Amino acid sequence: MHLGESTRECEYSQISTRSSTPMETPYKKKTQKKRKWETFPGRNKFYCDGRIMMAKQTGVFYLTLVLILVTCGLFFTFDCWFLAEQLTPIIPVIGGVLFLFVIGTLLRTSFSDPGVLPRATPDEAADLERQIDVANGSTGYRPPPRTKEVVINGQTVKLKYCFTCKIFRPPRASHCSLCDNCVERFDHHCPWVGNCVGKRNYRFFYMFILSLSFLTVFIFAFVITHIILNSQRIGFLSALKDSPASVLEVVVCFFSVWSIVGLSGFHTYLISSNQTTNEDIKGSWSSKRSKDNYNPYSYGNIFTNCCAALCGPLPPSLIDRRGFIQSDAPQLAPPTNGIPMYGSTQSQQSHMCDQDQCIQSTKFVLQVATTPLLQQQSSEPVILTPENGASIPGRTSLALGGPCTSLPMGQPTPPASTPSLSCHEATDLLPVHGHPHNHSHPLQEQVAHHHFLTPEEVPSPPGMLHCGSPLGHSHTMQGSFYNPASQDSLHEDSVRGLVKLSSV
Amino acid sequence: PFVPQTHSLQDLRQQAAVAAKVFIQRDYTNGTLCQFQTKFPSELETRIDKQQFEETVRTLNNLYAEAEKLGSQSYIEGCLACLTAYTIFLCMETHYEKVLKKIAKYIQEQNDKVYAPRGLLLTDPIERGLRVIEITIFEDRSLTQ
Repeated sequence: MHLGESTRECEYSQISTRSSTPMETPYKKKTQKKRKWETFPGRNKFYCDGRIMMAKQTGVFYLTLVLILVTCGLFFTFDCWFLAEQLTPIIPVIGGVLFLFVIGTLLRTSFSDPGVLPRATPDEAADLERQIDVANGSTGYRPPPRTKEVVINGQTVKLKYCFTCKIFRPPRASHCSLCDNCVERFDHHCPWVGNCVGKRNYRFFYMFILSLSFLTVFIFAFVITHIILNSQRIGFLSALKDSPASVLEVVVCFFSVWSIVGLSGFHTYLISSNQTTNEDIKGSWSSKRSKDNYNPYSYGNIFTNCCAALCGPLPPSLIDRRGFIQSDAPQLAPPTNGIPMYGSTQSQQSHMCDQDQCIQSTKFVLQVATTPLLQQQSSEPVILTPENGASIPGRTSLALGGPCTSLPMGQPTPPASTPSLSCHEATDLLPVHGHPHNHSHPLQEQVAHHHFLTPEEVPSPPGMLHCGSPLGHSHTMQGSFYNPASQDSLHEDSVRGLVKLSSV
Repeated sequence: PFVPQTHSLQDLRQQAAVAAKVFIQRDYTNGTLCQFQTKFPSELETRIDKQQFEETVRTLNNLYAEAEKLGSQSYIEGCLACLTAYTIFLCMETHYEKVLKKIAKYIQEQNDKVYAPRGLLLTDPIERGLRVIEITIFEDRSLTQ
């Protein structure tokens, strides 16, 4: 096995030569080895030395946690004694089990890797670029469109090229603008759990909202029971005065039940038809698009779809968070594929996190700087329309404890193709309303509450978006170079990008 | 007739220079399952025969299919995990991880027996996020010198 290990080491060293900066290498020899999460290019936060991975904005996650803990705490402290005596002690036991399950699945959803695709190594990116150039021929005025078509089970699916990650996204993957990662089987970015929901944590998310539905209904029912039984003895008002905590619990649960139970129902529908929230919102497999449109990923029957989503094999994380970055470098011949030597642009961008990004973005900038940009296929939009931003604070007070309902800061809206969705979110909340979004499912009303990241199919210049990032992300260099105003759709999207900038 | 010099992995690691890298991309015609294209890349024509290459890729594809297979074993594992609130994975390895270990062994074995003697090196796709099979082509110094 020794040779095998040395092969592995060899490969790791080969990679690190290209991904670690030449300036860093001599420095690293003296300091301790770094783990890979420390140089992770996405906008994620890591805790416990890389074991825990979350999105950048975690404020709402703590709110969720506090709401659940406080409500359950009040329930166990004030109501359970009464119920255990008057009815049966099994009630607190069931409540306890549900509570533990909810917290467990919540933490699992929030802390795990949703299925992030690691970014391409410089060699891969260069190879892909070469293939794209060869396939499309340099027309000279426009960068080639970056999509690939593939036929899956009889349906033609377009694979899009991700400019940030330098890969062609696998089917059903999407780039999350908030976390700045491509995520496999991307469902949506949920601020309530503080993470993206994707292939690896969808089942935990579903279990979380399902068990939370049961828990809220459970608490709601039994607190009402408590109040009723108590008021039979001492009268209604004294019963309320006797346990004011119960009133708070009832209020929280009442509002939570609507959103959470609705959300569970919606996701049950999604699981049984093997769709992601992303696909459902865009109507990718809706029969209304064309007669032959069907979902190529569905297994045909509800049972198999459910089993596959919930009990299927759990793929491991593709980003090796806790692995060490190897800093020793074997001798390598200069690359013959036309990439400039890796150290050349380093001095200008020494504060950037990823060298290969710098190289590629420099190359891209040079390509783009001389050409007006065609970006119909680029797909990294983060759009926030003003009406959403303004109306949301009023709404969050109603939607307590509801996961994945809309939020003020940094929340993207669905793409321009479904403007009705975003408009309705501004005005109607809970009551069922005439939804112009053509979907026959009754639970679709709940979708109006959700802000989802639907990064595909919205034309927008990638550089503009990266320019909009408040962080010193490496692509801000890219954005400063180019001029997106040459086309109407680009202009519209750059305005949106600016709006996002001003609201963040 | 081209007679390739045999190299050991040690030689490759220490002395050989990288001439080129070939990337075998994913094949999505069966959906999101992890499968790689079996198309023989032209850069390898002088180094290895088509049959050998295709057999390697096909075996890898079969192994990945086994990892993601929906069968009774995976369902039992999934249900058990759910019932134990997923704490069972603290002590047990998932089926997928077990197969990945098998794949790593297979690749290493292929490298030892087939690819290194021809001046090639396969990289385990897991190290590339299951996007590509990277094949490093080393310069054949013994022929040029």
